[in-house]
Amino acid sequence: MIWDLVIQPFADFGFMRRALLGCVAISVGATPVGVFLMLRRMSLTGDAMAHAILPGAAVGYLISGLSLGAMTIGGLVAGMVVALLSGFVTRMTSLREDASLAAFYLISLALGVLIVSTRGSNVDLMHVLFGTVLALDDAALILLCSIASLSVLTLALFFRPLALECADPGFLRSVSRLSAVTHFTFLTLVVLNLVGGFHALGTLMAVGIMILPAAAARFWAVGIGGLIATAIAVAMFASLTGLLLSYHYSLPSGPAIILVAGIAYGLSLILGPVGGLAARAFPRRHFEA
Amino acid sequence: MTYAVAFKDLTLGYDRHPAVHHLETRIDEGSLTAIVGPNGAGKSTLLKGVTGALAPLEGRVSFGTLARADIAYLPQQSEIDRTFPLSVMDLVAMGLWRRTGAFGQLRRSDRRSVRDAIAAVGLDGFENRPIGSLSGGQMQRTLFARLLLQDARLVLLDEPFTAVDARTTADLIGVVRNWHGEGRTILAVLHDEDVVRSHFPTTLMLAREMVTHGPTAQVLTAENRFRARQMCEACAGPPHICGRSAA
Repeated sequence: MIWDLVIQPFADFGFMRRALLGCVAISVGATPVGVFLMLRRMSLTGDAMAHAILPGAAVGYLISGLSLGAMTIGGLVAGMVVALLSGFVTRMTSLREDASLAAFYLISLALGVLIVSTRGSNVDLMHVLFGTVLALDDAALILLCSIASLSVLTLALFFRPLALECADPGFLRSVSRLSAVTHFTFLTLVVLNLVGGFHALGTLMAVGIMILPAAAARFWAVGIGGLIATAIAVAMFASLTGLLLSYHYSLPSGPAIILVAGIAYGLSLILGPVGGLAARAFPRRHFEA
Repeated sequence: MTYAVAFKDLTLGYDRHPAVHHLETRIDEGSLTAIVGPNGAGKSTLLKGVTGALAPLEGRVSFGTLARADIAYLPQQSEIDRTFPLSVMDLVAMGLWRRTGAFGQLRRSDRRSVRDAIAAVGLDGFENRPIGSLSGGQMQRTLFARLLLQDARLVLLDEPFTAVDARTTADLIGVVRNWHGEGRTILAVLHDEDVVRSHFPTTLMLAREMVTHGPTAQVLTAENRFRARQMCEACAGPPHICGRSAA
C-alpha cells in the first residue's frame, strides 16, 4: 500500500526520480535564501526578482529556442541588471529600495511579456511561467545541483556579515566595508536560485518554494539555524508529496508542490508553537522571571 | 597635548542646510567631553560627521593618530531590527568584529571575553535571551557591552542615557569612567546637566556654531545657555547662501 503510493512511482519511472532530485536540490539551495529574505522583510523581493528574470529567459529562448544554457544566462543577466540598477538607485538617490526595485522589475516584466507575445507561442510562455519538473534532463539536474551547492557554500561563508546586515546594518557599515558586497552577494544568490528554480517550477512557482517553507518555519523555530533546518524539511516534504499527488491524480507538478507547501504553511500557522494561532489561543503559564 | 579629533572650519548639514556651521576646535586625546546644546544644535550631526557617515559640506574632520577602525559609535536610535533572531551573546560578540572580521572563528577565549563584557554591564544570566525580549535599559546595557569589546580609542555616544532609569545610568556611567581611566577619548551628547557636571570634566556647547568649549564649570553657565538659545532661534527663517569665505 505505502509501497504503491510512495515508492513505486519513483522505482518505476526515471523522470520521477529526476524530478525528485531536482526538487531536493532546489529545497536545499533556495529555502535558506528564502529564510534570509523573510528575516530581512524582503519576502516580496523574491517575487519581484522572479518577474525581473522573465525577459532574460525570453531573449534566451528567442535566440536559441528551449535551450537550457541560453535561458539560464539570459535570466541571470536580466536578474542581475535589475538587482544592480535598483541597488545603485537606492544607494545613490533618495528613492527607497522597494520603490526602485518595483520600478525596474515592472519595466523588465513588461519587456518580457512583450518579447514572449510577439515571438513565442502560448505553450512556450507556459513553459517559462510554470516549468517542466517532469522533463529535467542531465544538464538541468547538474545546473540545479551546482546552484544548490554554490548557494549553501556562499551562505556559510557570508553568514556573519549577512546576519549583521539584516539585524544591525548601521553597525556593519561602521566596522566594515562589506555592507554593499554582502547585499549584492545575497541578491545574486536570490537571482541564481530563481533562475535554477524556474527550469523546474517556472518563474512564478520558484518563489513559492523559496518563501512558503521559510514562512512556515517561523512558527516552529526561533534561531536562524532552526529556521533554516525546518524550512528545508518543509520544502522537501512538499516536493515529495507534491510530486506524488501530481503522479497519482495527473495534476501539474509545480503548482502541486507549491500548494502542499502552502498547506504546510497553513497548518504551521494554526499549530506552530512559536506564535501560532493555537499557541495564542491557549497560552502556557508565564515564567517567574 | 595631542588631539584625538580636530574640526577645521567644519560645516555639516543636510540638503545644503547646515546643522553644524563653521566649527573650529579640537578634542584632546584621552579627554572625557560632553556635547550639550538645545535641540537642533547639531550635536548628533557632529558625531555622524566624526564617524564619516556624513560628508562635510565644507571644512574637514581630522584625526591625530586615530584610524577609522579605532572609532566606536553608539547612535541615538540604532537601526537594530529587534525582531531578528539574535541572542544577547550574538549581538555583544559582534563587538569583536575587528579581531574576527567577517569570516574569522570565535575562539574559546573570545567567548569568555563576551561573557565578561555582559557581566560588566550587569546582565549576567541574560546571555541566551533573544534581543527582542529586552527592555530599553537592558538593550542599552547590551549595546554598551558590545562597545566594551570594540576596544576603541575614540568612543562616540549619542544620548546614551536618554530613556534609561537612574540605576542603569549610574552603571553605564561607571563603564564610561573606566574607559576614561584607560586613556580612551570619549565624546558624549548629553541632555542631563547634572550628569555632565558630576562626571564630564570638559564640555563643548553647540548651537549650530560653537558657543564655547572648555572646563565644564565654565561652560555650563546661565549666560552661555541663553546665548545658545538665541543662536538657535536666529537660524530660523528663510534660507540664504552663507557668505563666509572658506578658510
